[in-house]
Amino acid sequence: MTEWKITSRVRQVNENQCHMCMPLGGVLALRGVEDSIALVHGSQGCSTYMRLANVEHFNEPIDIASSSLNEKQAIFGGEANLRKALDNVIRVYRPKVIGILTSCLAETMGDDIGRFVETYKTDREIRGLDIIPISTPSYSGTHTEGFWATMRAVIAYYARPTERHQGVNVIVPNISPADIREIKRLLDLMGLEYTLLPDYSLTLDRPFGGRYKKIAPGGTPAAEIARMSGARATIQFGFTCPEKFSPGHFLEQRFGVPLINLPLPVGLDGTDLFVRTLREISEQAVPGSIRLERGWLCDAMADAHKINASARPVIYGEPELVYALAKLCLENGSVPAVIASGTQNSGLAGLLQPLLEGALEETVVLEEADFVTIEDAAVRTSANLAVGHSGGRYLTERQGIPGLRVGYPVHDRVGGQRILSVGYTGSLAFLDRFTNTLLEAKHSSYRRLRKEELLSERGVSNAKA
Amino acid sequence: MPAEPTACIDERQFSIMTTGKNKSRIHCADDSLAGAVSQRACVYSGARVVLNPVTDAVHLVHGPIGCAAYTWDIRGSLSSGSEMFRQSFSTDLKERDVVFGGEAKLIACIDEAVEKYNPPAIFVYATCVVGLIGDDIVAVCKEASQRHGIDVIPVESSGFISGNKIVGYRAAGEALLTLIRPKDGAVVEKTRKINFLGEYNLGGEKWLVERYLREMGIEINVAFTGDSTVAALKRAPGACLNLVQCSGSMHWVAMSLEKEYGIPYIDVNFFGAENTAESLRKIARFYGDEEIVHRTEALIEREMERVRPVIEKYRKKLAGKRAAIYVGGAFKALAIIRQMQELGMEVMFTGTQTGKPEDYEQIGTIVSEGTVVIDDANPAEIEKFLLEKDVDMMAGGVKERFLAHKLGVGFVDHNHDRKDGLAGFDGAIRFAREVYATTCSPVWERVKQDPFEEAQE
Repeated sequence: MTEWKITSRVRQVNENQCHMCMPLGGVLALRGVEDSIALVHGSQGCSTYMRLANVEHFNEPIDIASSSLNEKQAIFGGEANLRKALDNVIRVYRPKVIGILTSCLAETMGDDIGRFVETYKTDREIRGLDIIPISTPSYSGTHTEGFWATMRAVIAYYARPTERHQGVNVIVPNISPADIREIKRLLDLMGLEYTLLPDYSLTLDRPFGGRYKKIAPGGTPAAEIARMSGARATIQFGFTCPEKFSPGHFLEQRFGVPLINLPLPVGLDGTDLFVRTLREISEQAVPGSIRLERGWLCDAMADAHKINASARPVIYGEPELVYALAKLCLENGSVPAVIASGTQNSGLAGLLQPLLEGALEETVVLEEADFVTIEDAAVRTSANLAVGHSGGRYLTERQGIPGLRVGYPVHDRVGGQRILSVGYTGSLAFLDRFTNTLLEAKHSSYRRLRKEELLSERGVSNAKA
Repeated sequence: MPAEPTACIDERQFSIMTTGKNKSRIHCADDSLAGAVSQRACVYSGARVVLNPVTDAVHLVHGPIGCAAYTWDIRGSLSSGSEMFRQSFSTDLKERDVVFGGEAKLIACIDEAVEKYNPPAIFVYATCVVGLIGDDIVAVCKEASQRHGIDVIPVESSGFISGNKIVGYRAAGEALLTLIRPKDGAVVEKTRKINFLGEYNLGGEKWLVERYLREMGIEINVAFTGDSTVAALKRAPGACLNLVQCSGSMHWVAMSLEKEYGIPYIDVNFFGAENTAESLRKIARFYGDEEIVHRTEALIEREMERVRPVIEKYRKKLAGKRAAIYVGGAFKALAIIRQMQELGMEVMFTGTQTGKPEDYEQIGTIVSEGTVVIDDANPAEIEKFLLEKDVDMMAGGVKERFLAHKLGVGFVDHNHDRKDGLAGFDGAIRFAREVYATTCSPVWERVKQDPFEEAQE
């Protein structure tokens, strides 16, 4: 029996957050646009906290500007500060694109940043610089919605009617730079011409060397984004993305670009689906190298299937990744104990239902969850592995459930930017970490546990059915 | 406009000073300049870092989710008892609440927290939105306090009040004074114990200093706020002396405690061996007890004998290396400058997020001529001076760490989220080792080489 629960309707207080604020997702998405910088219209703290969160995950310097609103602007409006901020950012960074993300404060004040930007552009005779206002009030969604909304706003800003061309659009959710590189590699191997957005594979994982640049090289060029309206199709890994935030949906509605909405290519089924889609679009055979990679993944799945069957993972984080990881677990015989997301409007529960039907074990599905709720559910269902970002550290620290870091943000381990889990290769890397965490837990405790179980006073076996 | 990116914003020129060159005063304690990518946080952040180590209180952030999520378990403060302070409570305001007001949700959240945990106190932090929509958190807290019979204390920390964290320190100070003020004219009995202000027990630093003091025959009453409890804080008026370590966060509280309860205060500093010895002597002198003075000198002699050869070992490797220091507060900057100098290093540039004119005057007296001093720096300025001054290592917080690394500069974290203690004699050893490990790391030689350069030509 699977239990479905939408939690925030029961409790008021959010205790140990499983999600973050809307403009944070916007900052990430903007890093995938070439020569761009994010400017948060709000008080100084917002941009500093977002820098901190991102710096710790990506292990990279990340500059985010702020309009540094104060009491005066809160009363009289923030236009003058925003103009000054634009002046200074342009002077110091020389960007080609500035994305202005609104904070709770700016939204509540009711600043009309669209109008501010128009006036500014006219007054300053701005040329060769795109300033994109993006509405991201943090009380209207999580960083997940902020990510999608920003992509949608960026596409809406650039896309215009163009001639049809052979390229495809590939729109990715908040995944690691390593994941983006892997998806690009598969697209290249399948011989496709494509525009991937947002491409922060270089900007958020910069190699050492050369002269330091204030804005990291890389990202999708604006000219390519403008051409997305003429593509053959859009592949969007936005299975859980609501229509109102969906960039792919926008391109379909406005420009008639067919939308293929896929789950992230994580695990065998997920990657098969992606590669099959690429084969259909490219009308090319799947190259031997990809089939080899698939074979290695299958081999690992076979070798480790019995160990993986012992897993009762608690999976938490952003809905797109949570859904894909749940699928990977299920195809390896691991029935998730808990599947949870802090986001409320992803429809995650409905999407999971068909996958979980028929399982012998119960799965608790939580939307709009915080970690106190997740922890309660994990304990109740005897979860034995915690899969997700650093917010789940208490599951390990307090409940002794071994943790496997994946997703965003990861700030208590190095290499958040390098965590690879897509494609056959990434799935295999993830699965090995998954299996090895189970093995480590088993080898470090089974002697003691068996002893306690079989030689204890009661002498009664506690073995679970 | 120049075609190349630049580090210079005209309006910032008075916030950057080179010692010895100009006699004019550095501009500081102003609001951050819009668009300058300041390293500063906000008023809420200032209040949060000061109050958060109160271990058994519920810290409830009234606002949308971000403010709480970004500060959940952010400090490296350790607790000998309750771990309640590591839980992150938020009213998680949604659009509805912002439109119709968030008071009802705040009341419900307080009630839930009390029902579930029965805490001795709840701090309710106001965030930007809450200040703007005008929720009366003072009234809500007062009412909840009476209803539940515990301290429910509002913290006026709306982020937009100022661009400077110091305003948040003050808000936290006011909340603490409210908490410890005896109710109904009750009197807290005086003792021979001391309060330790501006000590947050990062990596157990309070415990370390406590060991020294115990050996000297002195007891700590309560620390503000490392490893403190609500009950212990309420005993604060009973101390005979306040030690002030981080003056930025606690100087005003010390002055208020002197005014209200007649407790004198002295400045101390446990970062660096010399500073630690000096501070212990100061405390011993206050007691004017020969036995205490004697025990203090014995302790210092023993510890210095242990520290000296270690520092000397690292000094041999570090002498003449060039350092940069950019941290939140002036107290920390001064302490690190002195330690770097003890290690034979040259401080090329320094600065703070929240320094006051008198702080910068003091910094000016201890650095050598030609040192660049920056108030409220930004990444462009930090990059410029790391390169211009050919710096070997930097001390700062997380936001500066990866910029330094990208430029091939070593880095030591001296931030409120660090996990290792850097205070006392043990801390001095750890600090020296860390400075050495990063400044003299073999990594820098390697990553700056380009073995394929010739092939390219």
